[in-house]
Amino acid sequence: MIDIDVETLADGVGVVRPHGRLTMVAARRMRELLADLVAAGSTRVVVDLSATEFMDSSGLGAIIAGLKTARQAGGDLRLAAVTEPVMAVLQLTNMDRVLRARPSVEEAFRD
Amino acid sequence: MTRRLLAIRVIVVLVALLGINYVVWRWLFSVAWDAWWIAVPLVLAETYSLIDSLLFGLTMWRLRERGEPVPPPPGRTVDVFITTYNEPVEMVMETALAARDITYPHSTWILDDGNRPEMRAAAEAAGIGWITRSSDWIGMPRHAKAGNLNNALLSTEGEFLLILDADQVPLPEILDRTLGYFNDEQMALVQTPQWFKNVPARDPLGSQAPLFYGPIQQGKDGWNAAFFCGSNAVIRREALMQLGIARYAAEVEEGVHRALRTARTVLRHAMESTGPDDHQVRGALAEVLHDVGRAQRALDRGEALFDVTYRFQQRVAAVRRSLVAADLEALQADLAIIAELEAGLDDASAPALDARVHDHAQDGLTVLPEDPYAMPDALDALAARDWSPLGAVQGVEALVAAVDVGRSGEAQPIMPLATISVTEDMATCMRLHGMGWRSAYHDEVLAHGLAPEDLPTMLTQRLRWAQGTVQVMLRENPLTQPRLTWTQRLMYFATMWSYLSGFAAIVYIAAPIVYLVFGVLPVQAFSVDFFLRLVPFLVLNQLLFAVVANGRPTWRGQQYSLALFPVWIKSFTSAFGNVFLGRSLDFAVTPKTRREDQGNRWDLVRPQLWAMGLLVAAAVIGLVRLAVGQATALGALVNIGWVLFDLLIFSVILQAVRYRPETEEPAAAPPRPVPVLVGAGAPLDVETRIALSVRPRETAAPSPTTPATTPTGTGLDRSHPPTGTAEQVHEHDTGDRR
Repeated sequence: MIDIDVETLADGVGVVRPHGRLTMVAARRMRELLADLVAAGSTRVVVDLSATEFMDSSGLGAIIAGLKTARQAGGDLRLAAVTEPVMAVLQLTNMDRVLRARPSVEEAFRD
Repeated sequence: MTRRLLAIRVIVVLVALLGINYVVWRWLFSVAWDAWWIAVPLVLAETYSLIDSLLFGLTMWRLRERGEPVPPPPGRTVDVFITTYNEPVEMVMETALAARDITYPHSTWILDDGNRPEMRAAAEAAGIGWITRSSDWIGMPRHAKAGNLNNALLSTEGEFLLILDADQVPLPEILDRTLGYFNDEQMALVQTPQWFKNVPARDPLGSQAPLFYGPIQQGKDGWNAAFFCGSNAVIRREALMQLGIARYAAEVEEGVHRALRTARTVLRHAMESTGPDDHQVRGALAEVLHDVGRAQRALDRGEALFDVTYRFQQRVAAVRRSLVAADLEALQADLAIIAELEAGLDDASAPALDARVHDHAQDGLTVLPEDPYAMPDALDALAARDWSPLGAVQGVEALVAAVDVGRSGEAQPIMPLATISVTEDMATCMRLHGMGWRSAYHDEVLAHGLAPEDLPTMLTQRLRWAQGTVQVMLRENPLTQPRLTWTQRLMYFATMWSYLSGFAAIVYIAAPIVYLVFGVLPVQAFSVDFFLRLVPFLVLNQLLFAVVANGRPTWRGQQYSLALFPVWIKSFTSAFGNVFLGRSLDFAVTPKTRREDQGNRWDLVRPQLWAMGLLVAAAVIGLVRLAVGQATALGALVNIGWVLFDLLIFSVILQAVRYRPETEEPAAAPPRPVPVLVGAGAPLDVETRIALSVRPRETAAPSPTTPATTPTGTGLDRSHPPTGTAEQVHEHDTGDRR
């Protein structure tokens, strides 16, 4: 089971950082974690993918589910620091056209 | 190339040449234009059948016998899904226990759409997983079996999924025999046959599909277009999830574009109905209109969609808050509409959608219409409505929200299994092929299922399959799917094309009647030329059939492909009305278990009985006309022969109506796969092994005679049962009814 760090920044933004391979094995935990974070009041969430070596479509699906939860709570979910293998998955599914990754966690909610 | 395949190809080429030669000659030189009202339909029907025959030839061109599968790699994770809604608990448990005992390590899950406590208790007592819909689905479109599977996909994590209908009892080796195909990283799906154990050898209801689960699937496989048939298939999760996400991205993008266009119209209407002095309101509306334009321009520039919609929603929310004081009275009228809009674009605002909404009888949930097809109608209706200014702004907000990131009208943003049709399998498979995935057909019976046992259930089931196929053809025509190869498109199209045969059948029934009764000949003459062109073609066509079938029974399939012509016609007209006119598919509710004997249901086959009566009467009249010298001997004989053949075809209907399952022994179980090693490890040749391991041969299957009624077609592609029995599996599919 991979590690997924969760922290809340001073400005209330929640940060989720999966380490290693974000795949179908971890997808459900990822989804629940994002839902819990939003439910606890962090409606603005950054998924920091700098430590994610690989992601499959199930992992991406969990992030999309989190995005829905965040938007429904009036907030948003942003991706940050996407690695190359993760970018490949985004491109394969055309998700790169709808979901723009930010260079870093700090810049995620700057606009 | 095997000798068999070589023979097939030679015959395919000859059939194609002879067929084209005949039909071109018919069009150019032999249509009796004086009697155009029957001559033109006949030549059209013959052209239809020629195309059917050419597509069949193309399918057979690359017939692929895969032979012995490679052993499964160790350590893959597999979830076995058993889908159920309201089947008897004992039946589901029989399947579930057999699934639990599958040799390859796996997890077994019962996907209980009926959310039944007794089902859950039985599953848990046997140590089998039980999954029902999550709370996300409350008040959302259910999408029947596709929804059931989509729900389970999110709460399990195996790399591979074996999908079984509630009545499909698997053999222990089913995974050992199929997982090896997935060593190919691009392999998304392995389909195995559906074989029914409760069917007598003579198969009165045409339940077995020995040609479809055999040469036809193998032929499609040769073009990398083996179909997913809903059950007895192993699927790679990653392929399904990738498909679901790609569809999500595409649908969200299209939906937002459309919603923004509608928003513009809504806002313009609102501005027109606002008094010129109402500066505050006009200003607010103009501001939102400006934001719509900005959002559209940002999208055109290629800005990421979710960034654009987020900004847009924030700004509209701000404007709305500033407007709250305005126009309270008019707002009241709009509030109800907005509530419905937020609930997923309900039917009240779009009368055309009424048919798509119905009460889920079992659990009382209202099933809402489905996106994206519901959207255009609903949007039109919204655009046409007169809105108060505040209502307009809130309406625009809700409009965009409904199609935005969250897809607020759906239980899950990601829906890997296609929901556009009452049969989810074909559409899903076509989309997988469109993404570059591969599929395989493994021709070995690895599960034993139950077929419908009475005529009403059988008819409902066939209608359902036909409707599903036609729905896919009309919604996502394979010929226009850009990312499929041309042969893949034609493989999908071939199955859909075969369902149009009902219209041709009417002509083939009418033509001899018209001749015998009125003496009107649709061809210029029964000349030597005519027979020289037609007969060799028919003979070669049958030869192809015989070589392809290789001993498998085909006569029953040929009979039903003509005898069920009213079903095929109804499937086309109802699916057409559904897709283009928003009508309900309107199929009968099928019984849960074998119904009580209702006597012989002749009422369900009235068109066929009429056809038979007219054919008999026409033959009598023809003989009288011959006797009194009003008809030529050749013409009368040819047409009476034609009539007799039609009657032979329709005779299956008489058997089907009178069939009672209790009175007959089921066919023997299909031969188990033979051990492949013979003697000192010399493997049987592939063809022998496959021949030994396929389904039982029917001894009584006559080799089909020349089908004068369908001069060219095979019509058997359609005998594609995508999934289990109607009453056991598809009852709750009414969730997809529109």
